[in-house]
Amino acid sequence: MPTVSMTVNGQAVSGEVEDRTLLVQFLRENLNLTGTHVGCDTSQCGACVVHVDGDSIKSCTMLALQANGADVTTIEGLAKGGVMHPMQQAFMDNHGLQCGFCTPGMVMSAIDLVAKNPNPDEATIRSELEGNICRCTGYHNIVKAVLQAAKTMGG
Amino acid sequence: MVENGIGASLRRKEDNRFLTGKGNYTDDINRPGQTYAYMLRSPHAHANINSIDLSAAKSAPGVVAVFVGQDLVADGVGGLVCGASVTGKGGEVNKTPPRNVLTMDKVRFVGDPIAVVIAESLAQAKDGAELIAVDYEELPSVVSTAAADKPGAPQLHVECPNNVALDWELGDKAAVDAAFAAAARTASVDLINNRMVTNPMEPRAAVGEYNSGTDEITLYLTSQNPHVHRLVMSAFMNIAPEHKFRVVAPDVGGGFGSKIFTYNEEAICAWAAKKINRPVKWTADRSEAFLSDAHGRDHVTKAEMAMDADGKFLAMRVSSHANMGAYLQLFSVSIPTLFHGFLLAGQYTTPAIYLEMRSVMTNTAPVDAARGAGRPEAAYLLERLVDVSALEMGLDPAEIRRRNFIKAEQMPYQTPVVQCYDSGDYDASLDKALANADYDGFGARRTEAKGRGKLRGIGLSAYIEACGVAPSAAVGSLGVGVGLWESAQVRFNPTGGVTVFTGTHSHGQGHETAFAQLVTERLGVPVENVEVVHGDTDKGQFGMGTYGSRSLPVGGVAIVNACDKIIAKGKKIAAHCLEAAEDDIDFAEGNFTVAGTDKTMSIAEVAFTAYVPHNYPAGVEPGLDEIAFFDPLNFSFPAGAHVCEVEIDPDTGTLEIVRYTAVDDFGVLVNPMIVEGQVHGGLAHGIGQALLEGCVYDDDSGQLITGSFQDYCMARADNLPSFDVDYAPTIPIHNPLGVKGCGEAGAIAAPPAVINAIVNALGIKHLDMPATQEKVWRAAQAAG
Repeated sequence: MPTVSMTVNGQAVSGEVEDRTLLVQFLRENLNLTGTHVGCDTSQCGACVVHVDGDSIKSCTMLALQANGADVTTIEGLAKGGVMHPMQQAFMDNHGLQCGFCTPGMVMSAIDLVAKNPNPDEATIRSELEGNICRCTGYHNIVKAVLQAAKTMGG
Repeated sequence: MVENGIGASLRRKEDNRFLTGKGNYTDDINRPGQTYAYMLRSPHAHANINSIDLSAAKSAPGVVAVFVGQDLVADGVGGLVCGASVTGKGGEVNKTPPRNVLTMDKVRFVGDPIAVVIAESLAQAKDGAELIAVDYEELPSVVSTAAADKPGAPQLHVECPNNVALDWELGDKAAVDAAFAAAARTASVDLINNRMVTNPMEPRAAVGEYNSGTDEITLYLTSQNPHVHRLVMSAFMNIAPEHKFRVVAPDVGGGFGSKIFTYNEEAICAWAAKKINRPVKWTADRSEAFLSDAHGRDHVTKAEMAMDADGKFLAMRVSSHANMGAYLQLFSVSIPTLFHGFLLAGQYTTPAIYLEMRSVMTNTAPVDAARGAGRPEAAYLLERLVDVSALEMGLDPAEIRRRNFIKAEQMPYQTPVVQCYDSGDYDASLDKALANADYDGFGARRTEAKGRGKLRGIGLSAYIEACGVAPSAAVGSLGVGVGLWESAQVRFNPTGGVTVFTGTHSHGQGHETAFAQLVTERLGVPVENVEVVHGDTDKGQFGMGTYGSRSLPVGGVAIVNACDKIIAKGKKIAAHCLEAAEDDIDFAEGNFTVAGTDKTMSIAEVAFTAYVPHNYPAGVEPGLDEIAFFDPLNFSFPAGAHVCEVEIDPDTGTLEIVRYTAVDDFGVLVNPMIVEGQVHGGLAHGIGQALLEGCVYDDDSGQLITGSFQDYCMARADNLPSFDVDYAPTIPIHNPLGVKGCGEAGAIAAPPAVINAIVNALGIKHLDMPATQEKVWRAAQAAG
């Protein structure tokens, strides 16, 4: 089996994978980073979103080998020194999560959204999060969280 | 006033782990030596199985074992059970066809599992399953709710002639028919309550593990009610005796009903783990979830209202079919009957109601409780019928509702359909909703929209539901096979921290926070010193789980009752230590005090004394650890008024919800932030049903057409508005905490509000859900 190497949450990692192994499987099964979730099999739900070289991608739709040499950040890599990322904090402050299953992907997408749209309005947030499905919150509080985080991340 | 008690919008204790990737969901669990199970499912809607050849699969690389239904039967494993025995016409109880864990002779829906392959890896299990050769003899199928009991329809089960599982009626038919014959005006509507796939974001999963040293099975699974899962698998399926069987529902990624039921796959993981003496893991992919999770709704209904000349409701008559799918799941026929028929009075004084409900079998996945479970179907048909009645009478929809409301002073109110409402002020919630929605200003907004070429409409829904399930004797007399009390254990640790064990289960509802607030309120212990534990049959006492918005109205009361036992015992200990009479001890905000003095002892000191009883009252047991079971006196009756305002582009069918106003009566709010979140989620479910979601099977082939998120439209962020949520509380006389359930309300209230707004915009009588862009466009074109 081929070997894949990448940086995940700041640490160099490598492992043997099948050609067909998806990035999300490598993260969950090889690295035991189970914060990244699988909610569908058609690249619709976004529970598996991570950052690859700074862009949010659906890790169920990328082969592990395609991420060879990449810099990957997962939900486990956001908090620094026990302090949550402003987006994580904003989700907590605004009750932007309920069951927590879509949350890691939603947070990763939202961080990328704000990075690319530093002052998003509600319509932009709703449109940009179209690739992340949440069944619990009705998105109302997620939108509020992203609006808050956009302020704190910009400030 | 206790800090962080009842009424505080405390941030959730569970959020840290969910936000940092430290949640522990079933698929995150891996056990040493674990194998992987893959289900071989029927590709046909209806077929006889002539033969299954497993030989190639059994010798495939990595395959550990292959089992079919006969293997489980030979091992004494019983079939899946239906827990409902509802009595229909002629005193006939529902006919429950048997269902084996793996189907043996005849498959009855696409996705019906017939074999399991267990291998060293999931890929090997899938590869092995491809080598199983099944000789099917295809049979004609029926998927249509309305056609299932028609002459000549393909028959699913010999036990259910004409595919009818239950023919049920409620009410006095003769009185209703007489009222219709004498009525000044009548109104009627034919409608479909569209089938939904429940789709919690976490697919179902299970990991079974066997300890041969102790002969114990542990099953981790996605469950809303782990004790009930254990009970069913033990009592009816013979997987293991309860005391040798641990069921753990760890973090669960949403349930919405679909994770109440005992399914084939989880029973297989538990059984096979012992059979092969290795852990067995199964995780559904989303496609499997679409095929095999229990679905919801799926009624085809005719509803009629008889009125006097002033629009006062005299009688209502409903004739309906409910699709049960290919097998009766756990609640099945109880949903379209007890949880639907008993709500048909709604908020109105309609004196005579008759419902005829046929529950039919079809070649589709089983249908059972899904967020709201019967009550959304009742609210939808009733609130649509009320709007059609208003149209017939030429009355404003708000006015016809007011003319027929049960008035606050009539509470408690006995409806003609069994339920007795114990609280509510429907005029108050409607008035507030209309004010918040600026109902009076709608005409100007409609005119302004018309100037932009848009059709603007407004719709109301005045819903009621019955939740907080449920008084055990009442549901038992109706044919529900279990008691629906709830339990709690409140345990002081010697150092003053409190561990609370609840028999409910949280899969997004925030119990770890809200239930801790109850304890903080009652016992005065800081909320950070209270830990709520649920979801493990080895940790907590038996409990019935979470569904039917029961956790707080039933489980929450059990917690405070256990707290009260702690206080009662604490008073004896404090009285002894403070050298006072027990009757002179007051307890408030965490301190036991001798009345009228400054002599006091904190509850933490009392707890320490209970565990180190050197100076201790005679006849009192050491320890401070109390259990309470609470059986509710009545259902809980949340109600409210919702107003939806839409804008439609008649040229494209594009629809936008421009304003959504909810005013709900949930009684006392323990954590308003969490309650509001529950409302939002319910609304998304309800609006999704109204606009986007519809589970479709092909009429000819019986194939599931909407089998993925590409084909079945879940509401995305850009499909929904922000919501205006407010409250008009009344206090229920039967609930000691004054609380009502809130988790299902939005899903019940929203569909009629949305459709009423759409038909108002288009100037038509009715449009079936889901009101997709194409359907709206066609209706707009037809309406001119």
